[in-house]
Amino acid sequence: MILDMVSALGRWTREYVVNVGFATRTFFALLGASPRILRRPRLVTGQIHFIGNYSLTIIAVSGLFVGFVLGLQGYYTLNKYGSEQALGLLVALSLTRELGPVVTALLFAGRAGTSLTAEIGLMKAGEQLAAMEMMAVNPLERVIAPRFWAGVIAMPLLAAIFSAVGIFGGYLVGVKLIGVDEGAFWSQMQAGVDVWKDIANGVIKSVVFGFAVTFIALYQGNEAQPTPEGVSRATTRTVVIASLTVLWLDFLLTALMFN
Amino acid sequence: MPNLVEIRDLHFSYATRPILSGLRMDFPRGKVVAVMGGSGSGKTTILRLIGGQIEAQSGSIVIDGKRVDAKDTKALYSLRRKMGMLFQHGALFTDLTVYENVAFPLREHTKLSEELIRDLVLMKLQAVGLRNAAHLKPSEISGGMARRVALARAIALDPQLIMYDEPFAGLDPISMGVTANLIRRLNDALGSTSILVSHDVHESFAIADYVYFLSQGKIVAHGTPQQMLESQDPYVKQFVHAEADGPVPFHYPGRTLAQDLLLGDGQ
Repeated sequence: MILDMVSALGRWTREYVVNVGFATRTFFALLGASPRILRRPRLVTGQIHFIGNYSLTIIAVSGLFVGFVLGLQGYYTLNKYGSEQALGLLVALSLTRELGPVVTALLFAGRAGTSLTAEIGLMKAGEQLAAMEMMAVNPLERVIAPRFWAGVIAMPLLAAIFSAVGIFGGYLVGVKLIGVDEGAFWSQMQAGVDVWKDIANGVIKSVVFGFAVTFIALYQGNEAQPTPEGVSRATTRTVVIASLTVLWLDFLLTALMFN
Repeated sequence: MPNLVEIRDLHFSYATRPILSGLRMDFPRGKVVAVMGGSGSGKTTILRLIGGQIEAQSGSIVIDGKRVDAKDTKALYSLRRKMGMLFQHGALFTDLTVYENVAFPLREHTKLSEELIRDLVLMKLQAVGLRNAAHLKPSEISGGMARRVALARAIALDPQLIMYDEPFAGLDPISMGVTANLIRRLNDALGSTSILVSHDVHESFAIADYVYFLSQGKIVAHGTPQQMLESQDPYVKQFVHAEADGPVPFHYPGRTLAQDLLLGDGQ
């Protein structure tokens, strides 16, 4: 019994190390294949349209509702201490530092990440990637790299849209619905939000999340078993692994950025 | 060198399960060579080994004087530019139209102008009878048509070697005849060499110059289609005449029915 458990643990550890090693190798191969897409930027722009544009609605709507909730919760809490004038600052800092990058990355994993995994997995199952290889075209350069960089570029843009719409949502609830002073809402925000410390750090976070989520989605698609069940499992893995990675990275980055 | 492809003493296995053992095959230039055998006999594996998609444990594959080495990506891609492959289900890019599918290898490997690419694509589609389907997506055409588009894509760069993986599988008799005729005509028109992996005796024998019979990873017979039809080899006879029982048993090997039912001497 104990021997079986030790044996299972050893097997799991070995498989984990092999998977991490293989993923790392694939990541560097992907980076190595990337400079060649500079010659064909249209491959990336087409994917930015596909990945970014199609995620826009869910990102904007979610941002608006998160902004609504921040406006309400922020007001109720600040009001207890007579500080409701700081509502704009609270909403803006919450969104630019944390909620913008993190919630965008989680939604991106669910919307674009699953789509990327399923697309690559089905291309593999339909022998499209093998056909490409047999035509002496490297799928890593032609298919994976453009999608990867499109994800990396789209993520901070989507996070910025999420934060901007969220601030507008907070403004609607706080100023227009509850009646917080409009001048105080915007001036406190302007005075309290630092371009480098808050906004730039938020952008850095979303770029890091873009790398992580897009790579996980593409890797899972590429390594999926070429069967309907295999693609389904890979899609689920993308959401689970990408979400946990985003939360873990967020903690790490926050600790580094804000001491 | 009379042979475009030469396979010598090739051994391949998945983990501990041997798939091919001691294979020796020649594919002469300009000929259509059929590789035949039952499901799981290792036919498609041969194509994947020739294409460098997988690597043999031992032995060699030489194409046009160059050894296939799956580890040397640059040399392998250079070799693959001389090859065209028709996959069993076509493997068309589903996000591209028929036209764009055929244009794909031309755009990837040449610097031809769009006008010239257009002319070449339309000529290739004309050759397979689908010029007027150029604007359609793969989801809008039948399986037989998809196979013909894949064929047009496979010959887009006028390859020296064309490999066909089960080109007749799942086709109706008319599409089957059309595809077989196309394989022969295109091979002769391009002066290329074709390797045809199939288990369809009638169509393969009608167009092949030479046939290899494969069973359990070994060559069990080879010769011209006529020689194969007259062969007295039990496996070839069973395969060519579609006999239910013979060297290839009807039942999957294992315990007997008596043993499973705990009857008689099976107990």
